[in-house]
Order: sequence, then C-alpha cells, then structure tokens
Amino acid sequence: MKRVYAREEVCAGCKLCEVYCATAHSEYPNSILKAFLKQETRPIARILVEVDQPLSFALQCRHCEEANCTQACITGAMTKNPETGIVTNDESRCVGCWTCVLVCPYGAIKRDETGHKVASKCDLCSNNDTNPICVEKCPNNALIFAEISRGGE
Amino acid sequence: MSISMQLPDYLVERDPNRCIKCKVCVNQCANEVHSWDEDIDSVIAAEEKCVNCHRCVTYCPTRALKIRRNPTEYKENSYWNARTIRGIDRQAEGGGVLLTGMGTDRPIPIYWDRLFLNASQVTNPSIDPLREPMEIKTYLGSKPDNVIIKDGKLIKELPPQLVLDAPIMFGALSFGAISLSAVKSLAKAATDCGIMWNTGEGGLHRDAYEYSKNCIVQVASGRFGVDAEYLNAGAAIEIKIGQGAKPGIGGHLPGEKVGEEVSRTRMIPIGSDAISPAPHHDIYSIEDLRQLIYALKEATRYTKPVSVKVSAVHNVAAIASGIVRAGADIVAIDGVRGGTGAAPLRTRDSVGIPAELALASVDSRLRQEGIRNQASLVIAGGIRNSSDVVKAIALGADACYIGTAALITMGCRMCQTCYTGKCNWGICTQDPKLVKRLNPEIGAQRLANLIHAWSHEIKELLGGMGINALESLRGNRLMLRGVGLSETEYRILGILPAGE
Repeated sequence: MKRVYAREEVCAGCKLCEVYCATAHSEYPNSILKAFLKQETRPIARILVEVDQPLSFALQCRHCEEANCTQACITGAMTKNPETGIVTNDESRCVGCWTCVLVCPYGAIKRDETGHKVASKCDLCSNNDTNPICVEKCPNNALIFAEISRGGE
Repeated sequence: MSISMQLPDYLVERDPNRCIKCKVCVNQCANEVHSWDEDIDSVIAAEEKCVNCHRCVTYCPTRALKIRRNPTEYKENSYWNARTIRGIDRQAEGGGVLLTGMGTDRPIPIYWDRLFLNASQVTNPSIDPLREPMEIKTYLGSKPDNVIIKDGKLIKELPPQLVLDAPIMFGALSFGAISLSAVKSLAKAATDCGIMWNTGEGGLHRDAYEYSKNCIVQVASGRFGVDAEYLNAGAAIEIKIGQGAKPGIGGHLPGEKVGEEVSRTRMIPIGSDAISPAPHHDIYSIEDLRQLIYALKEATRYTKPVSVKVSAVHNVAAIASGIVRAGADIVAIDGVRGGTGAAPLRTRDSVGIPAELALASVDSRLRQEGIRNQASLVIAGGIRNSSDVVKAIALGADACYIGTAALITMGCRMCQTCYTGKCNWGICTQDPKLVKRLNPEIGAQRLANLIHAWSHEIKELLGGMGINALESLRGNRLMLRGVGLSETEYRILGILPAGE
C-alpha cells in the first residue's frame, strides 16, 4: 500500500505538516484561522515532527500489515481496512482506554482528551489515491506518498 | 557596559488576530528573533536580531507576520544620513572592519536601464521564434585568426571550446561559502540546461564530480582543492585573480565553517581558517600569469580552455589585453555589483567600476588591438534578467555569469548577512540543520526554470531585432541606443543616443 515516507535529509523541522494536519482534522478543515482560533479546543495534529537538530523528520501511523493496535483494541474501534490497508479508529466506539497507545511500536497514536476521550491517529486523510495534506503542504518535499515494497510486504 | 546606540533595523509586526501560536517562526529563525514566552502564552520577537530574510514571513501559515523598516527617524541630514550614522555606531561598539554580504546596495548608476534595444519595423522583417529556429548556442574559447577549408571541411584544428546551450553560466560560488545543497542545486541545473556552473575556490566535492562535465573549476590564490584530478575533471579552468565585490582583497573562510566535508574538499585541516591571499604570490606580472595559464594547459594536455577572472577596475581594458596576450582563452570580468559571501563594506561599496563600462571598454580595446578573436569575454556582476544578458552581448560579451540572480532563485532574500553563517534559507551556511532546508531537487528545478525562461526571452528579443542567431548580435552596438548619458559615457559604451 501507499504510505507516507519522510525524507529526513531535507526535513526543515518547520512543523507546518502538523499545522495543516491539525486543520484538516478539525471542525474547520478548510481554514487554519478558524480551526485554531474559533474551534473551542485546539486542534490536534496526527503527525508528529521529531526534532533533535540537525535530525528532524515527520512521523505518523505506519498502517502496519500486522497492526498491534487493531489486535489490542478492546472495543474493536481500531480496524484495518482490508482493501485500502488504512488503519482507522472509529471514534464513536473508542472508549479512550489507551491500549493502542501502549502497543504502538512507533508512538504514532496520540490521546485526544479535548472532548470525548479518543485515540487520535493518522488516517492518511482517508484516501489511498491523492496525497495526504501533510505531503501536499510540505514546503521542502520532505514527505512523499508512495508504494515502496519491502521484504515480505 | 554602556547602552547600545544601535536601533533595530526592522520591526516585527505580528497580527494577534492571525497568529495561531504554531511556533513555526520560532523553529525557523536561526537568528533567534522569535521565541515562545510561556508566561504570556505568546510568541515574542527580539527585533534587534532581525535581518529581514523573510524566512518567517514565507513560512507563517496564516500570514500573521510583517517585517517593516524601523520607522524611527534620525534628525534629517542629507549628508550624515541614517546609514552613515549606523555604520559609525556599529564600529564604535564593535571596533572592527564592517563586514557585509552580497553585491553592493548603493545607488550606483544602472547603465543597463539606460540602454534600449532595437526592433525591426517595415524595412526588415522581425522573426517569430515560435515558428522559426533561433540559435543561442554559445562557444567560449579562443577562435583562430583565420579558417582553412579544404573539400568543404575545416582543416585547421579549433582550440578547445566550452559549449553552452544559452549564453548564461552560474558564477563562482564556492563550497564552504555556500552549502553543499546549494552547490548540488547549481550543478544539477547547469547539467540539465547544458550550461556551466563554477566551483569558485572551494574545490570540487566528491558528490559533485558527477556534474563535472558542466563545471568550470577555479584556481584561486589559496589553491584550495586543486590537484591534477580536479583540473582534469572540469570542462574549463578559471584562474581567479579578483572578484567584483572585493577587488584587491583575498578571501577568508573562518575555521568554524571548515567542517569535515569542506576540509576534505578544500584539502585543508578541519577547523583551520581558509585564507586566500589578496594576490597570487606567484603572479606579479602578465608574464607570471602566462606561466600559470600554460602550467594549467600542460596539466590538462591543452584540452580545456583556461579563463582568467578579474574585477572591473580602472585599467581593466589594458589588463584584459595583457590577459589575452598571456594566453587566456576566456576573460571574465566581474563588475562592482558582483556579489560575495563576505567582504569589507567599504571595499564592496567603493572599489571597482560598473560592469557595463568595463565590458564596453574591454571589447573595444581588444578589437582595436585585433585580438578580440583570441579570447571570449564573459561579464559578471549584477546581471538581473534576460534583457541585461542581451544588452551585455550587444555591448560585446560572449556570455554572462549570474550569481545573485541564481541565489535569489534558490530562496535568497539578500539580507546581506551571508558572513554570519546563519542563512535561514540553507544557502550560505554550513550548519547541518540549516543546510537541509534547501532541497537540491527543488533548487535545481527552480534554477532550470529560470534558465529556460531567460532562454525564451532572449530568443524573443533577438527575433524582434530580426536576428536569428546570437552570434549576429555579439558586439553589435548598433542594436543599442542610450538615454540620459553624458558624451563621455556614450563614447565609452560605443553607442548612439536614442533618436540618432
């Protein structure tokens, strides 16, 4: 499946991907200003830029083939779509037990406690064709959305 | 410590109705202007550190930032203006030579803008470059005095030529002064466009060897990175005598910029200052220059043209004549507006002469002496656009170097603080966290776009003049008319006033 890959060598560590991701998953997906200034709670990014300069790269859910989070989820909220391969969290079923947070080997799931407690994670903008917003908006082409086959996958 | 008299040059205006506190400005400013203040839950600005490089303005996702010139007025004085007072303040507090970067920003007369090109009307047809072939291919190098043709074939062997798909080359920008990302951008773009890039005096990084077929390797007074492999790798060799931004002055790359890669490429110890002497200590005369030119030709078995680059100074015409007679295949002349990574401010702003006048006088002199064919003429120092290129060619240049325009293409906003090593755009720095901000793929693409755009424009301008080959424009000063110049300037430029 197509995944988002970070090109660490050209990541400027600006964290604009976080801003655009948070906006895209907010109540006002088309307006950064409204998402951050009008929404009652600050929107949460589902991508995280890890920085220890000069090292920096953006990390998000890897949509694992054998996703620990889907197996660990106690309510069945976390599922992997067998067709697209995208792992998503059904927030209406999520009870915020954080088991997925515990088992994720990448630390790519965040706790969203701004409203109904839910696990917050990358959904590839729920699409496996067009570029997710983080890839689209990266100012230095440091994120790519591509199918890179690795051993076993 | 007494109070500083220096006011911030710029004010940072942050629109509170647009700031979303994302801190992108904080993490992008290497000058540490922006910082996060937890106590007031806001981003604050240390304006005295701002150099107006536009990194934060460009990256701010909500356009919440504006940088303005500090509006605080000094007491009005047409002689002791703010700029002069600030210079004195800086020295009163720092006690050193004033340093700066990029080409001069002083209001020196811009002759390019006083020159106007001709176009065909009625009596001769103009040419539509979209319908008809246009030739802008350029050959740099010594041309023979005559040609001998036998059975339709050229018998006489031509001296080595540098072939360019457009009359434009990237000027000398050394690795060390600029980042490896910037070097790779220039090298890849030059290769993709069929033009040349120039190593400057920084040597040829091993990652750049793949682009060496489109590279002019420079030999400067410090001889950094020069060995037989280097000389033979390039398409041509350039002896750097002078630089337009700092004629008569050498170079000094501080030790802190000499990391492992720069050290290996320049062949000097890590952390040591890379000092280029003001003169070449083996060149004190034209005869000495001839020795070096021929030493380099020997080293490359006479397969590569040798260029000599000098700053445009008062006797540039006589100097250029000497350079040609010393055996150079190309003479490159860098005018007073030429750029730099670091130069003393007073030198940059006051030493040298404008490229336009230097070019015209050198071309005239070489023609008068009947040696114009022996060397190609390359002009540098403030070429801003394609019409500058066309005007330069009509004045007698064979090709132009562009440096500043190329830097702007890669993101440079000419904040003139290249010498601090904190370039926020990843161009003029060796700090790894800043270097990675310039993606060489993006840099190369933007540079290639620029060269393609200029090439199209050059063809349009040529077509308008009814000329279908750039060669027909070289030194064709009848295609130029001037406005608002003095008799002496018309004489030196060798052009007529508009209307005549």
